[in-house]
This record gives sequence, C-alpha cells and structure tokens, in this order.
Amino acid sequence: MTVDQVQESIIEEFSVSDDWMDKYDVLIEMGKDLPAIDPRHKVKDHLIEGCQSKVWLYPDYDGSVIKFTADSDAIITKGIVALLIRVLSGRTPEEIINADLFFIDRIGLRQNLSPTSSNGLLAMVRQMKLYAMAFKARSGQL
Amino acid sequence: MKDISEIRNDFPILGRTVYDKPLIYFDNGATTQKPVCVIDAVREVYTSYNGNIHRGVHAMSDLTSEAFENAREKARRFINAEEKEEVIFTSGTTGSINAVAFSFGEKYIHPGDEVVISALEHHANIVPWQMMCSRKKAVLKVIPVNDHGELILEEYRNLLSGRTKIVAVTQVSNALGTIVPLQKIIEEAHSLDIPVLVDGAQGIQHGEVDVTALDCDFYVFSGHKIYGPTGIGVLYGKKKWLSTLPPWQGGGDMVEKVTFEETTYNVLPFKFEAGTMNYAGAIGMGAALDYVSSLGRNDIAQREKMLLDYATQRLTAIRGLKIYGTSQHKIPTISFLLDGIHQYDTGMVLDKLGIAVRTGTHCAQPVMGRFGIDGTVRVSMCFYNTTEEIDALGMGIEKIIRMFS
Repeated sequence: MTVDQVQESIIEEFSVSDDWMDKYDVLIEMGKDLPAIDPRHKVKDHLIEGCQSKVWLYPDYDGSVIKFTADSDAIITKGIVALLIRVLSGRTPEEIINADLFFIDRIGLRQNLSPTSSNGLLAMVRQMKLYAMAFKARSGQL
Repeated sequence: MKDISEIRNDFPILGRTVYDKPLIYFDNGATTQKPVCVIDAVREVYTSYNGNIHRGVHAMSDLTSEAFENAREKARRFINAEEKEEVIFTSGTTGSINAVAFSFGEKYIHPGDEVVISALEHHANIVPWQMMCSRKKAVLKVIPVNDHGELILEEYRNLLSGRTKIVAVTQVSNALGTIVPLQKIIEEAHSLDIPVLVDGAQGIQHGEVDVTALDCDFYVFSGHKIYGPTGIGVLYGKKKWLSTLPPWQGGGDMVEKVTFEETTYNVLPFKFEAGTMNYAGAIGMGAALDYVSSLGRNDIAQREKMLLDYATQRLTAIRGLKIYGTSQHKIPTISFLLDGIHQYDTGMVLDKLGIAVRTGTHCAQPVMGRFGIDGTVRVSMCFYNTTEEIDALGMGIEKIIRMFS
C-alpha cells in the first residue's frame, strides 16, 4: 500500500465513532500492539525533545527503506507514534520526506499538532522527516 | 456568601461546553476564570475613558490616571500595606521576583553571600535568584521538604547564618498545595535581621493576606490568578527597602529629571514603574479584588476547605490513586498519580470528558524530583467549583483506570 492508502485505511478505522473515548480506546490498543523497541536503542540519543511524555524513536536504514521502532511511557502517545510508524515505516527516505500526513487532521488529532502541544506529535513527525533527510543526504554522498 | 449558582453565573465561561460536555475547570492554579465585573471594568477603560496615565493634560488621561491610582489603593487595602507607595504594579509574580532579585542583588549581595529558598518553589522563585547568585558569586541554599510536602523548619533554622542576605519562600506550593508557615519563617529570619520575600501567587486568592501583620519585607502576586486580567501583578515592598533599592528598568514616568549627564529618579512608587504600565490590567485587577472581597475571603476559604475535604475523600477512595502532598494545611489543590498510568494519559482523557486539569511538573521540577516522579495530575479548585464536579472527576478517573487496565 502507498502512504496515502495506509492513511485512508486509518481514517476509515477512526470513522466508526465520533466519541473521543472510542478513539482513545483504538489508540490505546495500537499503543499496546506496537512492537517493542530494542532496549539498546531506548537511550537518551533517541529521545525526542519537547514531549511531556518520553518518546524514543529509532530509525534503521538498510540502504533502501527506513524501518522505525519506538516506545513511550504514555500509552496514548505510544498509540500516536504507532500510527506514524504504520504510515511511514518501511518507506524510502524520499517517500517519508514527501509524505503529506493528512490523516492527522482527518482523525481529529490536529489539535495535538500545535507547536506547543505537550504530546509532541509535531516533534515526532519532524524527527522522522529529519532522519529521512539525513539518510538521503548520506546515501547521495556515497 | 452568595448561593453557588449565583456565583457561577458571575463567570460567563463556566456555562460553556467543551467536546459537547459541560466544562469542568480544575486548572485554577494555572489561571482563574474572570467574573463579569472584571471583564466590564477592562471594557469600560477602552470604551469610556482611555488615555495614557500620569502624562496628559486632558480629561481622558486624568480619568485613567485616577482609576489606575484607585486600583493601587484597592491592592493596598487588599493586602493591608501601610502605604500606597509600597504597592508597585508589575507584569505579574515572575516580573516582581525578577525585579527584586535584580535590584536587591545589585545593592546588597556580595561574593560568598547566601540566599535561602525552599524546595517547594515554582521555577519563578528559583531561576531569578540563581541568575543573581551566579552574577554576584553568591550561594543558593534550599529548605528541604518532608514526605508530606511540608518544609522542615529545623533544617531551615540551620541554613540561616550571618551570610544569609535574603529568604524567598512561597506562601503555598503550586504543585502540592501545601500552605507554608510564613509567620515562623519570617520571625526566624527577622531574628537575624534577614529580609523575607513571599511569593503569594498561589496564596492570595485563597484567604486573608495581611502584609503588615505578617511583617514580610516583600510580597508578590499575579492578577490573573485572583480572577483578574493577565499581564498585571503586584510587588509590595516595605518602604525602607523600596526607597533604597535601585530601579530595575529605566524609561518614561520613572524619572524626575533627565539630562545626558545624569538622571534623577521619581518618587515611589513611580521610580519602579518605567514605561506605560498595563493600566487596563491594573483597573481590571482592582475590580477582581473588589469581587473577592464582596464574596468574603473567610467564606471563600471555608468553601474551599469543604471542596478540598470532599475531593480528598472521593479520590482517596479510588484504588491505585496516590496523592502527593498530604499536609493538613493545604489550599484546594490535589496532585496525584494513578498506578501504572502516565499522568499525560490521564490528563488527555479527562480533557475529552470536559475536565481541565494540568499534567506535568507544574514548573516545579525540584519538588517533583524530591518525590522521585516526573510529574503529576494536578486538580486545582477554587470557590466556584462544586461537589458535583468532583463526583464527575471521580467517575472520570475510574473510567480511565478501566480503559488503561
């Protein structure tokens, strides 16, 4: 599936209810199902600054695609990072850099996107794109 | 005291909904909501008599200056300062403390001197002193707290010495709600001729404050935490200090005579009020102080004690909920954590239930560190909150525990 197709299917999953409690239930489940990050990568270097809860994000680039693993001490935040991983993990740096993440707005998480928001959704997206740019720049030099 | 439904009607915002649920506002420690009389007072400045203060020869300037000076008198009366010129308007508590830390530091602090603060302080009563201490090569000393979140007074006594130049303590812990025994702190410091600054940001709105009886040297607070506008606050200082401290800002209105060779400063309080003051804010704050007085400060304290007891009992009954800050002397603020659930998760879900709380370290990281935690959920109530709202909070928390289990 393309980035946009994955986003569409997430939007559909979240469209079953307008109730925030149901949306949070889905996020909590996704957070719980997020594959564990390798404990060796759960270190300060991979901590994303600007979040009220701690978020660790680790990029693994095999020369063609970036696989992300992540963790958080807050479950809802973990659910949000799980969504981002579902959309962006296993993609090429190019795809990640160019991804327009419209699903965030459509499932009602946009309020969490403000620069001062404490959950750091914006910081997570920025970090994923930064990793993609760094890997792209590095492979361009080779 | 007025009936609670009447009181709530004074605050337009309390009638609104959020996510289709009635707003339950439990973040009064961060800022309070405003009664109609405050909103009207600010509106009236701009619709009826706006002019810059202390400057013009015209009627608008005179009317605004008069209203501004009336607000000063209201603030003086509210804290029972002896004289009006001991009341300086600032941008708020943070502005007031920075001002004192700077000016006091310039005049009185030398290398090796000591400043005493407490482990309960908000960052606003830590960082300005740290900055001053590093500038002046002075040393910051900290009064520790016990497991209930109370200051350990024996340790405080041991910290005081001939090197101590000032003590700066909060009246109430913003993160835990503990009321600090100011009388004892001040008596102890004064016995060694050490002045005391009191951070009243979380204290002034919850009961009587009498700076003359307390005998504190400085007392500071913010308008927006006592139902007034943002961007305005007060620095009370004893005349003997304010008359000797140098001004912290230069500009218009604070001067007597300016030449390029020399400037002489205006008299108190104007010496410390450089530039155009937030006069609309001051006038709005005056209306807020009148409103609080009209409800009765003892009645407010009584009602808030009832809310604190009710909420403490309701929340204590929830299994897996731990309260941080268990002093017998508290304002109606409860900081807590749920077993195995991050404070941020709790706060996010409460928000969607229409309940506004604060989560995180509450700008008081050292006190969080003292308890070995990286934050709490803080429920900060005030007189316009109700037992029904506390019941809704209790049910909300129980729902969250089910959701995350």
